[in-house]
Amino acid sequence: MSADYDIAETLDVKGESCPMPVVKTRSAVDELDADEVLEVLATDSGSMSDIDGWADGTAGVELLAQEAGGDVYRHYVRKTE
Amino acid sequence: MSTDTSDAAAEDAPDADEGDAPTRAELAARVADLEESLAAATDDDDGKKMSIIATKGTLDMAYPPLILASTAAAFGYEVTVFHTFWGLDILHEERSKDLKLSSVGNPNMPVPNAVAAIPGMDRVTTKLMERKIDDNDTATIEELVETSLDMGVEFQACQMTIDLLDYDDEDFYDGVTTGVGAATALQDMADADIQLLV
Repeated sequence: MSADYDIAETLDVKGESCPMPVVKTRSAVDELDADEVLEVLATDSGSMSDIDGWADGTAGVELLAQEAGGDVYRHYVRKTE
Repeated sequence: MSTDTSDAAAEDAPDADEGDAPTRAELAARVADLEESLAAATDDDDGKKMSIIATKGTLDMAYPPLILASTAAAFGYEVTVFHTFWGLDILHEERSKDLKLSSVGNPNMPVPNAVAAIPGMDRVTTKLMERKIDDNDTATIEELVETSLDMGVEFQACQMTIDLLDYDDEDFYDGVTTGVGAATALQDMADADIQLLV
């Protein structure tokens, strides 16, 4: 079920709630090089909408995919610049 | 770029006898000037800004400004939060760890007002709320302040209310800006894309 991306880093924010998944995703993306992909593992159901909205409103990032399976929500974010 | 262009343009300006018409060199200089001011103006609008005024110091009201500030910072916003009156307690290193919930006059609380007014009830309801925050792994106020500071949020503590409430600059978290007043807040609000009073 894991997506076919070349994942550079995985951020585990399981158990954390708003606003931490988005805030920590941002910090993790800042550490990446351009074109690298970050995988985010979260248990906060709000993270599906929040990370989508964040990626949409934020320059330099692209949301490649989101998966909801079991208790964990997976997000794949590419740094574009 | 302007000197090179004007020299080159001046030499081969064939329409110099057109009376008042500007020469190519003058036009080139004007274009250069305009490009420069356009670049400056666009540069200024590059990043979005948010300005929040935080006036409340109860446990529940401390969350919204911090959550919005840290999230906006994650979006790349330049964020300023101006704390005044009880909002100062959010930035107060000790008091921020002991913010209270008021059960009086809050119909959402599980206790009726007559019971809520009994001395010590605020402590009870605060403890219940703190337990819920802990159970849900909700970030604490301290964590949110530290995270926001790490993300580059500028927290400002209103100097007038620092003096009024008898606080010291050293009472606040490292990185908090003191010595600011309403004019600073107003300037930030005028520059901001989003302004909120909490």
